[in-house]
Amino acid sequence: MNQDRSLIGWLAVPAVAYLVFVYALPLLWLLARSITGPEGISFALFRDFFADPFSWRVIGNTMRIAGLVTLVCLLVGYPVAFALARAKGVVQVILLAAIILPLSVGVVVKAFAWQVVLRRDGVVSQFLVGIGVWSEPQRLLFTETGLVIGAANVFLPFMILPIYSVVKLIDPRLMEAGATLGVGPFRRLFRILLPLTLPGVVSGIAFVFSLAVSMFVIPSLLIGDRFQTLATLTGRSFLLMRNEALGSVTATVLLVLAVMIVLLSSLLARRAGRFS
Amino acid sequence: MTASERIAQALMWVIAGCAVIFLLTPLVVTVAVSFGNSAVFTLPPPEWSFRWYERLANTRGLWPSIITSVQIAGLSTLISLVLGTLCAIAIVRGRFPGRDAIATFLVSPLMLPGLVVGIAMLQGFRLIGLREAWTSLLMAHVVITMPYVVRTVLAALSLFDFTLLDAARMLGCSPAQAVRRVLVPALGPAFLTSGMFAFLASMDNYPVSIFFTDAWTKTLPIQMLQYVEERPDPTIAAISAGLILLAVIVMIIGDRLVGLRKLADF
Repeated sequence: MNQDRSLIGWLAVPAVAYLVFVYALPLLWLLARSITGPEGISFALFRDFFADPFSWRVIGNTMRIAGLVTLVCLLVGYPVAFALARAKGVVQVILLAAIILPLSVGVVVKAFAWQVVLRRDGVVSQFLVGIGVWSEPQRLLFTETGLVIGAANVFLPFMILPIYSVVKLIDPRLMEAGATLGVGPFRRLFRILLPLTLPGVVSGIAFVFSLAVSMFVIPSLLIGDRFQTLATLTGRSFLLMRNEALGSVTATVLLVLAVMIVLLSSLLARRAGRFS
Repeated sequence: MTASERIAQALMWVIAGCAVIFLLTPLVVTVAVSFGNSAVFTLPPPEWSFRWYERLANTRGLWPSIITSVQIAGLSTLISLVLGTLCAIAIVRGRFPGRDAIATFLVSPLMLPGLVVGIAMLQGFRLIGLREAWTSLLMAHVVITMPYVVRTVLAALSLFDFTLLDAARMLGCSPAQAVRRVLVPALGPAFLTSGMFAFLASMDNYPVSIFFTDAWTKTLPIQMLQYVEERPDPTIAAISAGLILLAVIVMIIGDRLVGLRKLADF
């Protein structure tokens, strides 16, 4: 079949051509339109956008929420990834199912469920009053805390799985060897485990942060219109305000941000991989 | 094991237990609400009932949106399976430069904000004069489903031993027969799992679909969000419970085909 192998490359053409025309060229067109004014290339749209204090509040909201969501996912996801790697039998099946099943359920379903959970009479409020943390029921829905909880719930698997994929490769005897050589538990954590898991942590952070920066349905349902992020503002300017100039600018900012996160994380992951 | 290590271990299991509860909360709450008789989402429900499921039959716009979603998800998955598999074969077997770049390119829609991809495609379709909602949705959803197919089929193909095809040829199979009897069965599990997850991704998509719907053509998530905004009642929970059931079935089939651990590979 050797004569076929030079021709086999042509099999890639339909898929690549399709994505170039339907996906890549439109994205480039979006970028091009955001930097063209009536007379050729102009950055006026961006200048106006970045001169407006409102824009900076929106960018601040986006970054703060994405940062908090990523932090919560990292703090919860890191130990869970280890538990998943150590678990056996039924425990492992339960953990895996609890991580994979929510991934296949749509974000509208989950965001709607959190609307129910975070209400004043929802289960979180009932639970916190029940154990005495709160003296009276409170509403978490339409607050930043509620948004962070809901978003962290939706994105947690994207933190656990990349970390798990490196943790499962670590030889548990490494830690024992460290202990035998008299290295203390904290030094073992910081000198052995953290460096080895760093590539997974970096890609987990990149996944969750970029998902949280561009989430649209979750803030729409859990915090409402008073609180705007880059993604909700982009959606609103196209769907409600019919302000496509503003929408293309925020869409471009989001796109650049997403590409930067991907590039930065692959660079960092490569470096982390080299050091360990 | 020292005392501090034992504490760290215990803490790890406690956090893992809490995480399982946390991850499953939205699903369990949705199912519980859907079987309750309370219209204001009281939990635990005062009484169990099927009233929200009975309502599904005459919820306006629900069935057309389900039909649209299934059509779009089914067709776009099928197109992606064909185009994606051909491309994956070219990447694994071909000898041309930039094969890694092509693989990254085909998976990249998964890494970019859906909203931005949707807006770009909306403007692109307008430019060529395509305004028909159903066709636009289908074309956009092929881009959404492609990464799932390419990722999984590429992984399966790189494990496939292509000399088996030569062996089949030597044993008297025609090239087409060799592909049908050796390659297709070997890739079967990859087709099924990637197809299922691509189908689900299309069924659940909101941020891209929202730009391509009109008053008559809506996908299920768009229709659901409209219900949430217009009159939130547990009928939405009943629809959601159906989608959760679908996800459970897909996960069980995926587990039987390739195993849960394999599904967790990232």
